Amino acid sequence: MSEPAWNSPVVKWVDERLPIFTLLYHSTSGYPTPKNLNYWWNFGSLAGVMLIFMIVTGIVLAMQYQPNAALAFDSVERIMRDVNYGWLLRYLHMNGGSMFFLAVYIHIFRGLYYGSYKRPRELLWWLGIVILLLMMATAFMGYVLPWGQMSFWAATVITNLFSAVPVVGNHIVHWLWGGFAVDNATLNRFYALHYLLPFVILGVVVLHLWALHTTKSSNPLGIDAKGPQDTIPFHPYYTVKDNFGIGVFLIVYLSFVFFAPNFFGEPDNYIPANPLQTPPHIVPEWYFLPYYAILRSIPDKLLGVLATFLSLLLLFLLPWLDFSRVRSATFRPLYKKVFWLLVVDVGVLGYVGANPPEGSFLVMGRIATAYYFLHWFVLVPLIALFERPKPLPVSISQPVLGGGLAAAAAHPMEKA
Amino acid sequence: MQKRLAAAAAAALALGIASTAHGADVEPQIERQHWSFYGIFGAFDRAAEQRGFEVYKDVCANCHSLNLLAYRDLEEIGLSANEVKAVAAGVEVEDGPNDQGQMFERPGKPSDRFKAPFANDAAARVANNGALPPDLSLIVKAREGGPDYVYSILTGFKEAPAGFKMAEGMNYNTAFPGHQIAMPPPLSDGVVTYTDGTKATVPQMAHDVVTFLAWAANPELETRHRVGVKTIIFLVILTGLLYAIKRKVWADVH
Repeated sequence: MSEPAWNSPVVKWVDERLPIFTLLYHSTSGYPTPKNLNYWWNFGSLAGVMLIFMIVTGIVLAMQYQPNAALAFDSVERIMRDVNYGWLLRYLHMNGGSMFFLAVYIHIFRGLYYGSYKRPRELLWWLGIVILLLMMATAFMGYVLPWGQMSFWAATVITNLFSAVPVVGNHIVHWLWGGFAVDNATLNRFYALHYLLPFVILGVVVLHLWALHTTKSSNPLGIDAKGPQDTIPFHPYYTVKDNFGIGVFLIVYLSFVFFAPNFFGEPDNYIPANPLQTPPHIVPEWYFLPYYAILRSIPDKLLGVLATFLSLLLLFLLPWLDFSRVRSATFRPLYKKVFWLLVVDVGVLGYVGANPPEGSFLVMGRIATAYYFLHWFVLVPLIALFERPKPLPVSISQPVLGGGLAAAAAHPMEKA
Repeated sequence: MQKRLAAAAAAALALGIASTAHGADVEPQIERQHWSFYGIFGAFDRAAEQRGFEVYKDVCANCHSLNLLAYRDLEEIGLSANEVKAVAAGVEVEDGPNDQGQMFERPGKPSDRFKAPFANDAAARVANNGALPPDLSLIVKAREGGPDYVYSILTGFKEAPAGFKMAEGMNYNTAFPGHQIAMPPPLSDGVVTYTDGTKATVPQMAHDVVTFLAWAANPELETRHRVGVKTIIFLVILTGLLYAIKRKVWADVH
């Protein structure tokens, strides 16, 4: 797409000194996007919208919240009861976290299905993993702020993971706590970091978008755009499609906020933190359950912690573990099968994570954990080596305009 | 939460797994009730809320605090400003210091928080056989099962089955985990005389006081439902329009 010509002399004057209009043009009307993106491609922009939602509601909540162990719980209830529409802000923020993770997880699984992590998008993928890790840290620290029973005990359990580090483990834990127990100092620093990290995420999102706009979007066929006939400008085509997606997503999100605001929460978090009383079951939020299941499936503490971290960090290696040159699972019959098995496996891990680690849950958790690592380190490389992918379409335009592979094969002359 | 439990139970059945964690004999028995505030158009039954407040005031308030509520909040359940003033004036609260440096007692005002029955947790424990009566402001939100759980506790006092070992000073309750609760049965027929003449049976009082406590835990519920219905209608129309625009813009691509 060519350089834009500006008619307005004011725009022209500004753009010659600071090419902000040219930048916007290249990110919207001048950004070529494959014409065949399906609705799974909506979840990137949805995640971006949720990030903005969380920052805006979070800043307003911060104006009323008290990060002090003696005041935190009651200050949240004051927001719920005495601040104008405080309940709305708080429920938007609380459920927004879940919806943000939902959008991001669908976005990641879309990337896994369509091979979006493959050359030349490795850095784009890496930046995405960094965003996920930052989100997890932010969500964990945010969950601590209401200072209910689950807040307190989640903080205790998660910070204690670091005590598994040999020799210096306990020192690290005390350093994280700012004392010898989870207390006011812990709450204070978690609040400071919970406010800081979303802006770090925003920064990494900018890098993520920069990398995206450099390599351009992948697409459901996983083949490169061959020319202008394969692409359409991002604006207006995908802006309008994204807006429709945002509408649908908001209906789901706000239905929870207005009609089932505590659906994702634990009743125990409406009991003020009590260091002397451990709840019968300490459960994290749903988006941490699969990792929690992995952690508890491994009998050795240090190995459990390492496996939990590895379960995420291995995603950095994925572009090389899966060295098949075909991106889209549409043309990879075996990979497609193990992809869906992985989805089921992560679902089982989540289910196990929500239940006490005993009896059949423990067995299920161990099998699912073993399969999880088997998937990445054995099945994915072996499939990349032995799988015979289906033939790829010639270009994006042909299956879109000509009715798919069959049509492209049936009329070979029409290609010219 | 109910739905999630149901889903978990369904998944457990599908996978052929039986819970081995607890014996069936100490499993809490929760009785599902019909609540006026359930559903997207749900609202509190005003009369039940006001009767529930009478139950709280005459029975629960002897041991349980309601720290997150102020007397002024009672206007939301339909008490007039004068009635609220009268309720508040019924308690003596400590205020001060005055310009002599002395703390003093004065009648309560609508802006005061509900007066707690005990000065502190230790005082509450010593008066209750070592058990701490929990604050009730959030009780309906803070227990698995919500209003059904609190209702089942209030109506679940029974004679302990033969052979069930009870600890000293405990009471048998079918809804409480482990079936032994420190709270003695708070309700008995006629313990409250309702001003509206409703017959004060135990299930009636339990239902009323749970409605009151559900409001105490979710005072925003009615506004939330009202705003929610409007918002969702607005969004459905907006999203429909966006879909139409999307179809129009994309017409030349397909």
